[in-house]
Amino acid sequence: MSNLVPYILEHLLIVLIATGISVAIGVVLGIISYWVRFAAQIILWFSEMVQTIPALALLAILMVIFGLGNATIIAGLALYALLPIVRNTYTGLTSVPAPIKEAARGMGMSKLQRLFLVELPLAFPLIFSGIKISVVNSLSIAVMGVLIGAGGLGFPIYRGIQTQNFRLIMSGAIPVVIMAVLFDYLMSLIQKRLTRH
Amino acid sequence: MITFQNVSKSYGRKLVLDNLSFEIKEGQFVILIGPSGCGKTTTLKMINRLVKPDSGEIYINGINIMEQNPVELRRGIGYVIQQIGLFPNMTVEQNISVVPKLLKYPKERWQSIVRELLEMVNMPYEEYAHKYPSELSGGQQQRIGVLRALAASPPIVLMDEPFGALDPITRDALQEEVKKLQKKLKKTIVFVTHDMEEALRLADTIVFMDNGRILQMASPEEMLRNPASDIIKEFMGRHINSRGPAELYVEDVMRTRVLKVPKTLKVLECLDRMDRWEVNSVIVLNEDDTYAGTVQLEAIQEHGKVGHEIGELVSQDTPTVSRQCKAQEVLDQLLDSPYKYLVVLNDDRTVAGLITRTSLTKAIGEALWGAKS
Amino acid sequence: MNFIEFVGRNRAVILSSLAQHIYLVCISVFAGILVSIPAGILLSRHKKAAEKILAVVGIVQTIPGLVMLGIALLLFGVGNTPALVVLSVYSILPILRNTYTGLTEVQLGLIEAGYGIGMTSSQLLFKVQLPLALPSIISGIRISTVYIVSWAALAALIGAGGLGDLIWTGLSTYNTNFILAGAIPSAILAFLFSGLIGAVQRLATPRGLREVKHDE
Repeated sequence: MSNLVPYILEHLLIVLIATGISVAIGVVLGIISYWVRFAAQIILWFSEMVQTIPALALLAILMVIFGLGNATIIAGLALYALLPIVRNTYTGLTSVPAPIKEAARGMGMSKLQRLFLVELPLAFPLIFSGIKISVVNSLSIAVMGVLIGAGGLGFPIYRGIQTQNFRLIMSGAIPVVIMAVLFDYLMSLIQKRLTRH
Repeated sequence: MITFQNVSKSYGRKLVLDNLSFEIKEGQFVILIGPSGCGKTTTLKMINRLVKPDSGEIYINGINIMEQNPVELRRGIGYVIQQIGLFPNMTVEQNISVVPKLLKYPKERWQSIVRELLEMVNMPYEEYAHKYPSELSGGQQQRIGVLRALAASPPIVLMDEPFGALDPITRDALQEEVKKLQKKLKKTIVFVTHDMEEALRLADTIVFMDNGRILQMASPEEMLRNPASDIIKEFMGRHINSRGPAELYVEDVMRTRVLKVPKTLKVLECLDRMDRWEVNSVIVLNEDDTYAGTVQLEAIQEHGKVGHEIGELVSQDTPTVSRQCKAQEVLDQLLDSPYKYLVVLNDDRTVAGLITRTSLTKAIGEALWGAKS
Repeated sequence: MNFIEFVGRNRAVILSSLAQHIYLVCISVFAGILVSIPAGILLSRHKKAAEKILAVVGIVQTIPGLVMLGIALLLFGVGNTPALVVLSVYSILPILRNTYTGLTEVQLGLIEAGYGIGMTSSQLLFKVQLPLALPSIISGIRISTVYIVSWAALAALIGAGGLGDLIWTGLSTYNTNFILAGAIPSAILAFLFSGLIGAVQRLATPRGLREVKHDE
């Protein structure tokens, strides 16, 4: 079991880096969509299109660009995770109640002040739920990294398939499922806390 | 016609109906009333077997309903609920004709039923039959809800707080329509409400329930005169101990929720608001909020021009009265006048409200049998 | 050799892979529909059990595709059938979930009204509940189909054929032309299915639900 630890850590690292990139890009895109109405259509359409591309196809195309290795799987996961984050940021911002926005404007806040002091804090629970969906999905998709030369838990699984070794497959699969369920549970708990006020 | 014999029902350990026995006669408008949790809705839902009694029997026309097929039983009983329950995927016509179609009426027959019913509530077939519920106002939706219950001409109609979610003006109008329909069609209606005013207005017989038991079953007059218990007295509180009608002033009998519009409002916008309020005349105000006159729907239809202001159509024919006049004096004025209402003005010539024949009659009625506190 | 020349030369292989891919998707989504809609109706009538079953189903969905295919490989060996089985199983989940939510989100008032005016439970189902749940069900089918286009590419690993074969060949020989010849058509296929089913979904939405009246 101990020889699995490096795979688990690498798997987590890949997912966390990808999610970090995706959050940075996704929240900004969400804010742009909120501010610029016609951009919203294009940005949401684009993120939906990206998620529609079959995972293997997306990874294979990215490999042509980034080559074999962890960079490719991180880029793929980040692109895949975009849709829930963009969509939830956009929905969260647009559903801040109008009277609150008006009050903020009435108090003389600038557009940026409104965003950082009022709108983003109120939208945060929903944005967080988008991040949760992304993390859980990414944990599972990251397994495919092995096919394009990346590390993580995909390695023992793929090895197991090649050698027809059921135990080896499971030794990679079980940590993935446990992590997915765990992250889902923990992040749901945090989300509940966030929405309590 | 409907008989309950020793009916009991509990949910878990809570007894909701306690050995209930009573009879409803044919053609009666019976209202079940009482504090929430008293068992009135449970009683109603037992009649069409949506709720099953733990013990006891219910008979309709001498037949035990537990021995009838529930689906057939329900098709012979109209049912209206508070949430309206119109099927959003069906048009007005499809909604009204659901039961006739379930009963396999031929097409011509159910089509003519839909037509007749819509006419009865002044909703022209051509205009409304093919609309969807989402395109109607709340009041119109509930009218269709009532028509759906009547479509297969069931002798019995059950209504579960049907007007509870409507605004007061729409509720008034619908209560009147239901009362009229009942007189005309001679249905037996069982109606649940928690609103005593509604009960006094509509019922032939009021059944007052508390804790799963009937405290009193009597006509509205009898119940006002001799309430059988303190709970009933409390429920009717504001309707008992009246001033006599002779002491009523205009401000006691007027309606204060009326549609007022500024002179400068555009004709189309005004029509839209009248439509929403379901009224056919409107009070027009000057810039300083004083009374300018009234505009009738006919005047707009005849002379109104798109884009023009409503002020151009104002007429000052409608009589006005001061709010300190005696109601008695106003009565004659209202009965003689060709107008259906009088405008009530404050001393500074702003508008205080309206007196309609209905609001006056209602106030006098309440003064006789119990006025609002 | 550039990509255009490559496609020209291997037209027949690409087309037959595409056909095989479409075949895999259609069969497994169809099988998924056959199982999941009745199952969703059943679940909507046993809500207590349904919550538990759907929670388990949610966990099954987090099992990586590669793992499922690996297990299928060990259980059934290489070929078309094991791939179809895995794909069908996977296509059940989104449709089942959406059928269930679509049906259970029909307002209680409507159900009571339906029973109250004398509909049998199957009349209520076919005249009221299913028409109202249809947009949600079709949206589930759309999600499933997009997933399955993606999974079918992966299924080439256990000998299912399809566009995945081209991508695999490309990946293992580091041949960009093969990768693109598999990846681009499979992406286009996913877009097409998604757009097509989206259009069907708009058509299937009852008119009374489409026009929401905005007053005030």
